[in-house]
Amino acid sequence: MKSSRSYPYWFILPGGLVYLVLFLVPTVAAFWFSLTHWDLFETRFIGLENYYQFLREPFLITGVVNTVIFGVLTSIAKSVLGLLLAVLLTSGLLGQSFLRTLIFFPVLVSTIGVGIAFAEIMHPARGMLNIGLSYFGIQGPAWLIDPNLALFSVALVDIWKGVGLATLIYIAGLATISSDYYEAARIDGATKLQMFFRITVPLVRPATVTVVTLSLIGGLRSFDIIWAMTKGGPGFSSDVLASVIYKQYQAGFYGLSTAGNIILFALVAFIVIPLTYWFNRREVDL
Amino acid sequence: MKNRANKLIISTFVVLGASISNATELSILVDNSPDTVALTQALTSAYSKLNPDITFEIELRPGGGEGDNIVKTRLATGEMADVFLYNSGSLLQALRPSRTLEPINDLANFSNILSSFTSTVSDDKGNVYAVPIQTAMGGGIFYNKRVYEELGLKVPKTWQEFMENCAIIAEKSKSAPIAQTYRDTWTSQLLVLSDFFNVQAEKPNFATDYTNNKANFATTPAALRGFEKLQQVSEAGYFNDYYGAATYNDGLNMVATGKAAHYPMLTFAIPSIKLNTPDYIEDVGFFAQPGDDADKNGLTVWMPAGYYIPKESDQKEEAKAFLNYIATVDACDAITKAIGANGPYLIKGCTLPDNVYPAVKDMLPYFQEEGRTAPALEFLSPIKGPMLEQLTVEVGSGIRNAQSAAELYDQDVAKQARQLNLPNW
Repeated sequence: MKSSRSYPYWFILPGGLVYLVLFLVPTVAAFWFSLTHWDLFETRFIGLENYYQFLREPFLITGVVNTVIFGVLTSIAKSVLGLLLAVLLTSGLLGQSFLRTLIFFPVLVSTIGVGIAFAEIMHPARGMLNIGLSYFGIQGPAWLIDPNLALFSVALVDIWKGVGLATLIYIAGLATISSDYYEAARIDGATKLQMFFRITVPLVRPATVTVVTLSLIGGLRSFDIIWAMTKGGPGFSSDVLASVIYKQYQAGFYGLSTAGNIILFALVAFIVIPLTYWFNRREVDL
Repeated sequence: MKNRANKLIISTFVVLGASISNATELSILVDNSPDTVALTQALTSAYSKLNPDITFEIELRPGGGEGDNIVKTRLATGEMADVFLYNSGSLLQALRPSRTLEPINDLANFSNILSSFTSTVSDDKGNVYAVPIQTAMGGGIFYNKRVYEELGLKVPKTWQEFMENCAIIAEKSKSAPIAQTYRDTWTSQLLVLSDFFNVQAEKPNFATDYTNNKANFATTPAALRGFEKLQQVSEAGYFNDYYGAATYNDGLNMVATGKAAHYPMLTFAIPSIKLNTPDYIEDVGFFAQPGDDADKNGLTVWMPAGYYIPKESDQKEEAKAFLNYIATVDACDAITKAIGANGPYLIKGCTLPDNVYPAVKDMLPYFQEEGRTAPALEFLSPIKGPMLEQLTVEVGSGIRNAQSAAELYDQDVAKQARQLNLPNW
């Protein structure tokens, strides 16, 4: 090949311009504003004071711990459930394509809508969930208003809403596994369980990498579902980094909340980059 | 406005359409609560009747922190409507009024506006920026008159008496003594905020010292009392079932129907009670949050929101003429007709009809006697910490005690003061 470039410059220009104006400039501007005292009307350079203030936030630790719990929990649950559902939905069930559509449905619904609806469904007295449980003689918990439970209740809804996407990715992943492997295994007398753990799980790895990475990034910066359901409450008990940042923004601490966003960006990168690296290396090992 | 085409796209609600040739259209941005919309419609259509060449385009925004950000962003980008509704008091200072807003001191009817209001919408140079569109409000406790009658209770003058009433209600009736509604977190602050008359009765300089970083909540016993009162009623188990999931409207319905005997709230809720439960509005009474001394019993008062004009408006004269009309007795009467009279007006000469609701009637005596009202802290000091509502949810839910909440609130206040660039912080 003569040149490593496949396209002339004028062809790259429109994309480059969009990238510059909508991505590069705001990102650099965000770094700048995080170093200022900013009330939307004027800015004053104050160095790292916003970072210092943000790291001293009394509920920052709760927020960081909750962020990691939420991200890891939903990510693991989505990939495990997603794989199991994908296996189920590729096993030739009656009405399989209808069932596949059904499981993807929650992914398409507005997160805020889901949050508001579930806040009602999880109402401790008049909510559908606890009324349903009471038919089985179970006294349902106070899902969203019990400070020890609120974060997990939201995570449950997030898993329900997101598992459809994971399933879809796994279905695509399963389709790439050649049936020769299963046939050979069957001839060798492998059990179904052995086939699942020895053939399906290792060979579906690229899909697992995608699902885990996407849902972890999504989980770590999750905000809308939490805000719609608990607003980080009761008190601060289901606050995550994103909701701590949003509250700063709402209060008019614009520079401070920008600094918080940069810290969130660093946290996500800190967790996801090594993870991706590790996944990719393992893939080479195979 | 700078960008007419843009404005047409943004606008969603055109109440008075059909622009006549050489007519002027004023845009007006208000929050989307039913009362505000109703009274803005009433005022604009009354004004258009008097001035047929002026029409209005009403734009709606959400309330609360989200609405604050819309107002700030539109002001900062020069996209604000010709007239907009916004709070008086501490929230106003964050708009940088002397930089972004048009003073209205030169209105012909300026002297009609009571100074108790103008002092909460002015800057340090004496420029005043808003005309009030509603009445003064009280922060205190709504109570169900029927429950009080059945149990033979009297309106409490001290906190001690209030607690005794609650104990009797808990023991002898099915009503919850106090409604709390933490699904709408802001409602949790009322027992702390409405206690300010009592703080000031004991510490007259608290607001100034607090602004100057010389006094705070955690170390001033009188100021800490508000948090302690919340902790006390929470520990006594006086709240409705599942108060963590109840909403503001649940609270109003409970106190109106007698499912709860008390609901700490601002009197701006009266039109909503009328709207939600019209059959029960006569059962709802109101009293000030009692302090520890029966001789010092009075009401913490909130000033209403007002109409402001941005400096950037290119129809300032027309907008000012409209605000001049708002400062008249005619305008008050239009408001009363639209949403009822909910407290004393802040425009000279405005009167209330004789048949006001009981809750309004209960509130008026505080205003008529000297020394029985005090402005809420947010009208005496520019600093209000944004975290208070989460902290009061924690105290009310038993997650945190009063002392610790007050200490965290003081930290929050310090952060706000630094954001506002106040001296001494």
